[in-house]
Amino acid sequence: MKELHELNLPEDVRYSQDHEWARRENGRMRIGIDDYAQDQLGEIVYVELPRTGEVFSKGAEFGTVESVKAVSELFMPVGGKVTAVNTALADSPELVNQSPYGEGWMLEVEVTDPADYDSLMTKADYLKQLKAEA
Amino acid sequence: MNTAEGSTGLKFNEPLLWERGRPGRMGLSVPSRDVAAAPLAADLTGPGPDFPELSEVDVVRHYSRLSQWNYCIDTHMVPLGSCTMKYNPKTHERQAGLTGFCAAHPLLPASLSQGLLQILAELESFLAEITGMNAVSLQPAAGAQGELCGMLIFHAYHRAAGRQRSKIIVPDTAHGTNPASAALCNYQAVKVESGENGILLPEAVAQIMDEDTAGIMLTNPNTLGLFEEHVRAIADIVHAKGGLVYGDGANMNALMGVVDMAASGLDVLHLNLHKTFATPHGGGGPGAGPVCVKKHLERFLPVPRIVKKGKAFHLREDYPDSIGRMHAFYGNVGVMLKAYSYIVSMGADNLKKVSELAVLNANYLKERLKETLDLPYDRPCMHECVFTDKQQRAHKVTTLDMVKRLMDYGFHPPTIYFPLVVNGAIMIEPTETESKETLDRLIAAFQSIAAEAEQNPELLQTAPHHSRVRRLDETSAARKPCLAG
Repeated sequence: MKELHELNLPEDVRYSQDHEWARRENGRMRIGIDDYAQDQLGEIVYVELPRTGEVFSKGAEFGTVESVKAVSELFMPVGGKVTAVNTALADSPELVNQSPYGEGWMLEVEVTDPADYDSLMTKADYLKQLKAEA
Repeated sequence: MNTAEGSTGLKFNEPLLWERGRPGRMGLSVPSRDVAAAPLAADLTGPGPDFPELSEVDVVRHYSRLSQWNYCIDTHMVPLGSCTMKYNPKTHERQAGLTGFCAAHPLLPASLSQGLLQILAELESFLAEITGMNAVSLQPAAGAQGELCGMLIFHAYHRAAGRQRSKIIVPDTAHGTNPASAALCNYQAVKVESGENGILLPEAVAQIMDEDTAGIMLTNPNTLGLFEEHVRAIADIVHAKGGLVYGDGANMNALMGVVDMAASGLDVLHLNLHKTFATPHGGGGPGAGPVCVKKHLERFLPVPRIVKKGKAFHLREDYPDSIGRMHAFYGNVGVMLKAYSYIVSMGADNLKKVSELAVLNANYLKERLKETLDLPYDRPCMHECVFTDKQQRAHKVTTLDMVKRLMDYGFHPPTIYFPLVVNGAIMIEPTETESKETLDRLIAAFQSIAAEAEQNPELLQTAPHHSRVRRLDETSAARKPCLAG
């Protein structure tokens, strides 16, 4: 598994306590799991995502991700209505391992409260949390 | 330490039976027909099933060779945490195999099954005695169905009380099936985190317990192998708000004859006969997950129930408040017979000793291994203990690598990456049936592996080296399963 300094933690996303990320894109928010989460989970074999149109509050469970190690819940880093789901993950769940911030994205969301994003952690804050956890 | 107990030897690849067979080959001679041919209705005819055609020696060699690949409790220790892989004495197979039992047909009327019904009724009373609970149903097929049965009883209780509830409290150290069982009854699982020392605190439960919460599901000892010390106080909090307390008794091997589960405040408790009461499981046979309840919930138990009227035993269905049937007939009776045989052959004092020795063995391992492996909760454990790979991570060696290497030393890997609250968990349950010598060999194996992690991490990262197959491609197997024969 990766050491903290080996993690790919881009600056253009914000991070949640539960290791999800959110990125502003064309007035919507993209959501996925970060490099730390995919590395901890190991080879991902199944991703269960909601349908478009469903509404979740911040912190609510929106799906599950199953790896060869464990099944884990996915939690909304921001609240909102799902406008798009990455359907490619149904057949190619490995995209989450290969490209967690790119092709491995999970949801696109119309955000209910823009303040949710501001409450998420920057890369620097997130690294601090990971260090504290380790 | 020598790397393994094994020596060199040939292991044979074995094709599928279809590849072994040849058209027309047979294992027996079918007598020639001595009655006139008669036509069959068209819908009964068609191409036959694709059975392989084999001689007797083909079949015997096929299965004997496959059996040589076996690694099982009859050949080695299986220290799988949370699974209670104790040795299953052969006498129980013998008792369950008596013709009167194994030739009994499930459709026999109760009047012709008195002996069997008497044994099942006695087993129910033994389990009530062992747990302190008042009434038992043996029906559920295994632990998870026992949990479901318990949750259906919760649901029936609240419905009968006139107000259904929507939530249930499940601690983060509970068994993974608990939230699923609750969800099947339309209860939303609400997670409560255990305290810093790994056990659940009454304050945490008090904060979230309300009158819309059906109750709590507790696993004691919990999945960290720790005794939940505050069950009575937690039960009082839950009961004060009208909720019920469910006990997951999968870890009962730590508590037999030591803890009165009823007095600790539980309303419902399931047992795993296949774990605690020594019947083969984990590929070796089906399970049985009896449910024990307090008096006030007895009317909700599954039907049929075994009742004694005069001198005769009956299967009674007329319980209007019952949650209904959980299993065809009366459950996995063969498992019940073996568990009955186990309880009778052990006796009360020895059952208590089982739990004492299971706990002693786990604590011995914990103390002897805590310098070698990181021990996140350093306090007396019950029947199992949980380590991590924290000390080995610096060498890029993970829990998975270490337990794969353990196979080279002749041990089945322990349970890994569970419980989820421990990062990189290695969960070891030795059970009472392993001798000190076997435990010492397991300890020596882990010590040797920890030394290898420092000196030659690649040896671990590429382990196992002596097994018939090496690392299997679990990812492809899960992503693109091939389930054809």
